Amino acid sequence: MIISDKDKRTRRLGLVYSTPMGLWLSLFFMVPLLIIIIYSFLTKGLYGGVELPVTMTAYKQMFNPNFLRVLLRTLWVASLSTLLTIVLALPCGYAMARSKHQTFWLGMVIIPFWTNSLIRVYAWISILSSEGFVNEALKTLGIIKESLSLIYNQGAVITVLIYMYIPFAILPLFTTIDKFDFALLEAARDLGATKPQAIFKVLLPNIRSGIITSVIFTFIPIFGAYTVPLLVGGKDSYLIGNIIVDQVTKTRNWPLASAFSLIITLLSTLGVLWMMTSTARERARLKQQPVKDRDDLQINGTAIIESSLKNSTGGR
Amino acid sequence: MKGFDVTVKDVSRAYGSFKALDDVSVEIRKGEFFSLLGPSGCGKTTLLRIIAGFDSPDVGTVLLDGKNILPLPPDKRQVNTVFQNYALFPHLSVFDNVAFPLRLKKIPVAKLQAKVREYLHLVQLDDHVDKKPSMLSGGQKQRVAIARALINEPSVLLLDEPLSALDAKLRQNLLVELDHLHDQIGITFIYVTHDQSEALSVSDRIAVMNQGKVLQIGTPYEIYESPATDFVARFIGETNLFPATVLSCAPFEEEYLVSLDIPDLGKSILVTDYDPLEVGQRVSFTIRPEKIKITGDEPRRVGKDINLFKGIVEEPIYSGFQSKYYVSLENQTVLKVIQQHNNYMDEGPDIDWKDQVYVSWSAEDGYIVEVIDT
Repeated sequence: MIISDKDKRTRRLGLVYSTPMGLWLSLFFMVPLLIIIIYSFLTKGLYGGVELPVTMTAYKQMFNPNFLRVLLRTLWVASLSTLLTIVLALPCGYAMARSKHQTFWLGMVIIPFWTNSLIRVYAWISILSSEGFVNEALKTLGIIKESLSLIYNQGAVITVLIYMYIPFAILPLFTTIDKFDFALLEAARDLGATKPQAIFKVLLPNIRSGIITSVIFTFIPIFGAYTVPLLVGGKDSYLIGNIIVDQVTKTRNWPLASAFSLIITLLSTLGVLWMMTSTARERARLKQQPVKDRDDLQINGTAIIESSLKNSTGGR
Repeated sequence: MKGFDVTVKDVSRAYGSFKALDDVSVEIRKGEFFSLLGPSGCGKTTLLRIIAGFDSPDVGTVLLDGKNILPLPPDKRQVNTVFQNYALFPHLSVFDNVAFPLRLKKIPVAKLQAKVREYLHLVQLDDHVDKKPSMLSGGQKQRVAIARALINEPSVLLLDEPLSALDAKLRQNLLVELDHLHDQIGITFIYVTHDQSEALSVSDRIAVMNQGKVLQIGTPYEIYESPATDFVARFIGETNLFPATVLSCAPFEEEYLVSLDIPDLGKSILVTDYDPLEVGQRVSFTIRPEKIKITGDEPRRVGKDINLFKGIVEEPIYSGFQSKYYVSLENQTVLKVIQQHNNYMDEGPDIDWKDQVYVSWSAEDGYIVEVIDT
């Protein structure tokens, strides 16, 4: 009886505690999402906005080959940037976790956030442009004569995207690697693994959750990115984010913009679900209770005595 | 003997101003169960890590079977380690942990499976093949670590405080098992521990270390009965240790009978020694608590080689098979005395708190430590 009373109380308290978060999520996530869902099934208004009747037009329009090309390109750019980001972030996170000056390096990773992201993109423009820092430096060194076109292409977009989102990959990687037992790497080396083998067979599988978090933290924002391709990209780097902006501001096709937004949200949600299930599985695995030593002590104790008896009578 | 001998020659290793190893030389014989024993920070683990290849000395060489192994990375040395906290791979099952070294060597599946099962059987883990390390008890984890370290058939097995994370009873059992394992496979074991009773019970020979130096290398018996320095005397087992000055030294049967002035005891005592000592030489005198006899009545003097003191029992500690007494002598110096209870006692030990007692020992039971290092 007492237990069930206590149970009820904790349940009621849980409800109280979750209210602020619930309100926040409903107001700023669920309601806008519902609006987007509704908009995507309505008809485009003449000067923007939406009108009745309910229709599937927006979804039919999405199957335009041009849009599909942009969708595929977005997937490609986002996947490639995410992959490169993780590949670069892994050694950074590893070095930070093994460093004695973790706070310093954490500061170095976080400090760029103090500057507005747009300003940082503009900084990249001045670095990459034809009279920018890189080109001028290469010309002064005599390596090139004509300016390289480093900007307004997909390469520039990927470079800047990596720069923008690498902290989001480094931080979760750092926290998981920090918890990693480095003695495991020594054990691997001791057992005959080379350095790369130790990293691929022991480190990476054990920091899986950190890698998954990093992938999600970089892939999702990059998938919806629009300022970076807009500012440093060219024709070949028009992404879904740009379609949505153009559909809202230029073409004024709000239902179509809503439909594309839904696609992004759907893909992102799937990613988060993937992360949640895999971390939950990991946690469940760790929760399994280890055996107590006492029980197996007796069995082993007799086994030792038996084996020693066998040795002393039979063997010698 | 399938094992290799290991020779550590003039090895020093410093971390900044801290000397972890200070000119250490050790020769470990083929197939030996050799222990590195010392308090934490004495350099024993550093020496083990140098042999394994995780650390390298500033100067000195390490020979395995006569060949210098210092240029080799850990994965190229015929040495495997059982780590202090097991260092089992948490993402792999018991089977896969043990199979790890074989998979690296790309050994055919059938052969690999047979061998892994053989080694898991050796450590009695046949029933836990598919479990993850997190589901195992401490003792089981230790067995996995041992099987994994042995499956590569190393010539030398390094054990870094392998039992320190286990409770006392289990530690005893596993120690016996380790000893059996050593007898069975016959390779060289190098065992690092801070626990002197562990080292005494299984080692063929022990190196006692302190502050980066090897103080004594010898059999457990030698180290306990004839400590080379007063640190060794105090670190191994329990003892009563006093600074002393040689008053006289005369041949006695095949040894020498030495008279020592011990200010702490308030009078001179007699002790035998194998080597002649100079009059006036400063030494340490040690007498183990279990070698002191304690009686309520004054014992009848049998010879003049008996040292006898009167005292009061300050603290009797009864622990079943024995009692330990802190006996305060007339000049307030406290002696530790251990009395074995060999007979059935109806009413407990006859010596009690605040009893007046006589403590005595024969000249042969004391020991003179010539090197004073602390």
